[in-house]
Amino acid sequence: MADYPKDVSIVVDDVTKAFTLRYHRTFKQVSVAMVKGRDLSDTFNALDHVSFTVKQGESIGLMGLNGSGKSTLLKLVNGIMKPDSGTVLTRGRIAGLIATGAGFHPQLTGRENVYLNAAVLGMGERETARKFDAIIDFAEIGRHLDAPVGNYSSGQFARLGFAVAVHVDSDIFLADEVLAVGDRPFKKKCMEKMQEIRDSGRTLFYVSHAAASVRKMCDRVIVLENGKVGFDGGVNAGIKYLKYEDENPDNDPDDMGDLDEELGADI
Amino acid sequence: MTDTEHLPVSEQPLVEPSASNGLLGVFSRRYLLRLLVRREISARYQGSFLGLLWSYINPLSQFFIYWFIMGKLIGLDKTETYPIHVFAALIVVHFFVETFNAGTRSIVRNKALVKKMALPREMFPVASMLVSLFHVGPQLIILLIACLATGWSPDLVGMSAALLAFGIVMVLGTALALLFSTANVFFRDFSSAVSILTNFVRFGVPMIYPYTLVADRFRGHTDLYLANPIADAVLLMQRAFWVGTTNDPAATALVHMPDHLLTRGLIALGASLVLLVIAQLVFTRLENKIPERL
Repeated sequence: MADYPKDVSIVVDDVTKAFTLRYHRTFKQVSVAMVKGRDLSDTFNALDHVSFTVKQGESIGLMGLNGSGKSTLLKLVNGIMKPDSGTVLTRGRIAGLIATGAGFHPQLTGRENVYLNAAVLGMGERETARKFDAIIDFAEIGRHLDAPVGNYSSGQFARLGFAVAVHVDSDIFLADEVLAVGDRPFKKKCMEKMQEIRDSGRTLFYVSHAAASVRKMCDRVIVLENGKVGFDGGVNAGIKYLKYEDENPDNDPDDMGDLDEELGADI
Repeated sequence: MTDTEHLPVSEQPLVEPSASNGLLGVFSRRYLLRLLVRREISARYQGSFLGLLWSYINPLSQFFIYWFIMGKLIGLDKTETYPIHVFAALIVVHFFVETFNAGTRSIVRNKALVKKMALPREMFPVASMLVSLFHVGPQLIILLIACLATGWSPDLVGMSAALLAFGIVMVLGTALALLFSTANVFFRDFSSAVSILTNFVRFGVPMIYPYTLVADRFRGHTDLYLANPIADAVLLMQRAFWVGTTNDPAATALVHMPDHLLTRGLIALGASLVLLVIAQLVFTRLENKIPERL
């Protein structure tokens, strides 16, 4: 492990993660399958020998089609899952949102969840208390704060989750399609906040389908294809690789159209 | 990922983000554990009007059933101060059953957190045990009042017996909760199996019948019966509370308690600790697959 330079923030080295597709779950189904000699399980590699390193302060746009392994990769980097083979190493505190949402407990109120979520992300009691007002200001969910999170709209849920995540003093920030459910003003605010995070020298890992917002936020793009790294390099080349864009993007002179694209109308 | 102050990133080592050092990791993040325990206490009876009171209604109703059916109807209450005999045992049995049941379900019940947040997953079974321990408090107060009313006074051996009893149940309960909480992720059948298992616990310990009955029927071959750590814990509790409420405590202890009770208790505690280590090893092996199987 010592052979990585000091400015390396994330190491993903030859990582493979397999999932099982399970056909049969109950006793009855298993015994029928055994009698008929059918396969009991089938695995597929969600990530297949993926390798890359990220330097501190880089901002990576992680792109790829649905089911290409983006969320799995993020879960490995976050430490929710462990790879089946290969190594994942990170430096410093990690915060962020996985798969459009935070780990909130539906029965607890927003306020309780903020404290719980912050504690899971490694914040202490005083640190949370100090930042509590800033978090609430950012989330703008008003008096819903004391209602159970289970009753929130998906937008409110995402707002609160994002608000907690951005207020953690993290060294690595993960954002998985966070902007998919937010309304327009909130999306704009999130983009600004993420730029702030990027400019403060933290490592940013941003999953998005929106070419324009990746172009604005990131200085490197990694494209996953069926669990393999299909492309790793410059932003424009990466977006071209994915063919997410028309040949001449300057077709539409309308500013609003541009903004829409930037905010991530999901393709 | 600790509660310590935030260091500059260049001074932090490259580590595996998923690295958690098991139960030790749980106790190094006590603030998070405290929040989870508090959450669990408020969530266990959420949406119910009586709320926390259910924690007392449940053991009390069991107590009255045993006292009336077993004591009055079947006539087991020839045992001196029979209600205290039952209640002292019921406290540890109920503590164990609650830990085992709630602990087994704990990871599945918290899947919203488990699937999206990186935290030592041992947190959840441990939190379940602590919540059950929290509910023991008031029951213990009721027991103490009843004991004092019948002329009981605390003695050193008795108090160490009580501590030993709780130690056994805490360690054993956590070990089983760890084992079965992962098993329950893979097959939800385990939570049903656990409820059946816990039924046996109530009858496999000298709670509603005196230990002398067992010794009589088995003609002294009680080693297997006493190999059950919960039976040891129950006897230790009765040594601590019930023995002192009888007319002649010294004679009661001689007749109704097995020999070398404290030594047996220490052995049971040691065995429970070994099981805890095994449970941790199994947990670490299976933990990898938890998020994808939830």
